[in-house]
Amino acid sequence: MRRSIRAAIGAGVLATALALTGCTSGGGGGSSSSGDGGGLGSAANPVKLTFWGWAPNMDKVVAEYNATHKNIQVTYVKTDAGDPAVTKLLTAIKAGSGAPDLMQAEYQKIPTLVSADAVVDIKKDVAASTTAKFSKGVLSSVTLGSDALYGIPQDSGPMMFYYREDIFKKLGISVPTTWAEYADAAKKIHDADPTNYLGTFSSADAGEFAGLTQQAGASWWGSKGDAWSVDIDSKAATKVASYWGGLVQSGVIDNEPQYTPAWNKGLADGTQVGWVSAVWAPGVLSGNAPGTAGKWRMAPLPQWSAGENATGNWGGSAIAVTSQSKHVKAAVSFNTWLNTSKTAVSMLVKTSGLYPADTVESKDALASGSSFFSNQPDFYTTAAKVAKTVKPFTYGPNVNVAYSAFNDQFGKAAQAKSQQAFVDALQQMQKITVSDLKSSGFTVKK
Amino acid sequence: MLAPAAVLFVLFMAAPIVYTLVLSLQKTQVSGLGLGSGSRKTVFAGLSNYAAALGDPDFVSSVGRVGLYGLIVVPTMLILALVFALLLDSRRTRLVGFSRVVIFLPYAVPAVISSLLWGFLYLPSVSPFVDLATSLGIPAPNLLSPNSVIFAIANIALWGGVGFNMVVMYTSLKAIPSDIYEAARLDGAGEIQVAIRIKIPIILPSLIMTAIFSLIATLQVFAEPTTLKPLTNSISSTYTPLMKVYRDAFTRNDVYSASATSIVIAVAIFALSFFFLRVVQKRAFEEN
Repeated sequence: MRRSIRAAIGAGVLATALALTGCTSGGGGGSSSSGDGGGLGSAANPVKLTFWGWAPNMDKVVAEYNATHKNIQVTYVKTDAGDPAVTKLLTAIKAGSGAPDLMQAEYQKIPTLVSADAVVDIKKDVAASTTAKFSKGVLSSVTLGSDALYGIPQDSGPMMFYYREDIFKKLGISVPTTWAEYADAAKKIHDADPTNYLGTFSSADAGEFAGLTQQAGASWWGSKGDAWSVDIDSKAATKVASYWGGLVQSGVIDNEPQYTPAWNKGLADGTQVGWVSAVWAPGVLSGNAPGTAGKWRMAPLPQWSAGENATGNWGGSAIAVTSQSKHVKAAVSFNTWLNTSKTAVSMLVKTSGLYPADTVESKDALASGSSFFSNQPDFYTTAAKVAKTVKPFTYGPNVNVAYSAFNDQFGKAAQAKSQQAFVDALQQMQKITVSDLKSSGFTVKK
Repeated sequence: MLAPAAVLFVLFMAAPIVYTLVLSLQKTQVSGLGLGSGSRKTVFAGLSNYAAALGDPDFVSSVGRVGLYGLIVVPTMLILALVFALLLDSRRTRLVGFSRVVIFLPYAVPAVISSLLWGFLYLPSVSPFVDLATSLGIPAPNLLSPNSVIFAIANIALWGGVGFNMVVMYTSLKAIPSDIYEAARLDGAGEIQVAIRIKIPIILPSLIMTAIFSLIATLQVFAEPTTLKPLTNSISSTYTPLMKVYRDAFTRNDVYSASATSIVIAVAIFALSFFFLRVVQKRAFEEN
C-alpha cells in the first residue's frame, strides 16, 4: 500500500518535471504564456487546433507538422471544396460554435467571409518577412485593399490548357494558341470520333468561367468610395459567353458539368481530350485518371488574338483564421509554417500538386517539375511564365449569389444548347447580382 | 403525465417555429462596402420577405414542379403499396416474409445514398443499362434531360416510399378478423372480390393516413434532387421549394428570406393536409 502511494507521488513529480522541461524546450521561440488562450502551448499541454481544407493529401502535410511541432497539434478535417465549405463555416459562425480554428478559403470567397465576420484580421500576428514572400497581386486578395490581413495565401490558380498529347499527335492537330484554333481543334476531334470532346462547358464551375472572362479583360465587381459596381455582362464577358455558347450549340464540345462520375471516367478513358483548367490540374488528373500519367501536356491558355499573352485565375486559396478560434497566435504560427516554410511548401508542390503562392520557398520544389507530367520537365517553368500574365480582377461581397445564379442560368443555357441563351444567361446573372446587392442595402453604381 | 411531451414540444417545435417567425420579419442592412466587422446589422423588415417569396418566379415555378411531382408520386406509390400489401396478404402468395423484406428494404436506405446509386444508373456514360441498351441496338433515353428528370426523381422517391406504406397497409390487413373472410367465401366471393369489397374498405383509415404522410413528404422533397443536382444541368438550385430555402439560407447567406419562405411552405402543407382530411373524412368515416 505504502509502496504504491510513494510510486504515485514519484510519478507525479516525474510528470511535472517532464512537463516543465517540455514547456521550456517546446516553447522554443515563443517564450510566452503557460497554455492560456492566446499562447503557443507546450509539449505537455499542446494547443489543439482544427483545420478545414480540401487540397489533395493535405493530411500528410499536417501530419508532418504534428510530428515536428509538439507544442501545437493540428487536427485536419477534409471538407468539400468551394461552396459547401463556406456554407458550413458560415452556418457554424451563425450558430456560435462548431467552426474550426483555420479554414481554407478560395480568394473569391474572402470578401463574403469578411463581411459575415467569419474570419479575423491577423495582421498584427504575421511577420512582415512572411508577407514579403508573396506577390502583390496575391496579397491584395487577402488584404482586400485595406490595412488588414485576412489570411495567408496558400496557392494560386493561373489558368492554362491541358490536352492529351498522344491523341493530338494521332489526329495531327497542333496545340491551339488562339480560341479560334481551339474551336477548330474541337471540331476535328469531335468529327474524328463523336464520343470525344476537347472539353466541356460546365455550369457547375462559375470560377472557371469567371477566370475565362478575366482573361478577356472582364472584372465582375469594382468599388469606388462606398459604392460597389457590378459589370458581369461587360463586352468582354459577353464575348466569352457567346463563344462557348457557339461551341455548345454546334455540339463540338460537351455541355455536361465537370466533376461528375461521368466526367472523371471521360478523363480516364480518353473521351475528354482536353481540359481548360488551372495550374493545380495535376492533382485532379492524377487523382481521377492515374492511368493517363505522362500522356497529358500543358500549354498556355489559347488567346483571343494571336500574339496576346493573358490568362485568368481559377481557384487558388488562402488559409484564414476564423472568428471562433480561441488560439489565434497558435493558429497563425501553424499557418505561417504551412504556407511559408521550406518543408511545407515543397510538400504542397510534391504531394498536393499545388502551385504555392509563396514565391521564395517554392523555387527549389518547382525546379524539379511535376511527377504526373514526367513528359514535360519544364512544367513549372512554363507555369511560372503563365502565372505572370494573370489579368486583374475584383471580387465583390456577394460572389456566392453571382455564382449560384451562374449555376442556374448557365445550366439552363447549356441544356438549351443555344448561343443566344448563353448571352441571356449572362445578363440574368448581372440582374440577379445587382438586385441582391441593392436589397441588402449596398450602394450600387454602374 | 404530459409534462415531458409538452417540454419537448416547446423546446423542439414551438420555440424554433417562433424563432423562424421572428427571423422572417427581419433583414440585413449593410453600410458602406459591407466589409469589416459591424458593417452589417439586422433591421425590422415587416412583411417584405413574404412579399418577395410569393412574388419570386423561381419559387412559383418550384411549387408548380412539386405539384406535378406529387401527381406522379403519390398515386403511383399508394397504388403500388396497396397492390403489394394485398398480394402479400393473399393466401396463395409464397415466400411472404422474403418478399416483404425485399419491398421494404429500399425504405431503409437513406435518400441521399439511394439517389447517388440511381444517379450512377442514370448518367449515360457510366450507366450499365445504357450500355446494355446500346449493345442491343435500342436507343436509351437520357433520364437526366430536362423533360424526364422529374420522373427520374419520382422513381427514387417511389422505391423509398412504397415499402413503408406497404407495411402500414399490410399491418392493418393482418388485423382484420379471419371469420369475415370465411363468411365472404361462403357467399362465393373470390380473392379479388374479397380484396375490393372487404379488405380495402376496412383499411381505408390507414390508406388515408399513408396518403397524408405521402403528401407531406412530397412537399418536402429535397434530398433526391439535391443529390442529383451536381450530375446534370437539368436541376436548378431552386428546383423544389425546400431547395430554394436551402439556397437562400446557406448559399446566399440570407436566413431571413429563407425563414419567410419556409413559413409559407409550412402553412401550405398544413392547409393542404387539413383540407384533404376534411374532404376524405366525410366520405370515409361518415358513411359507416
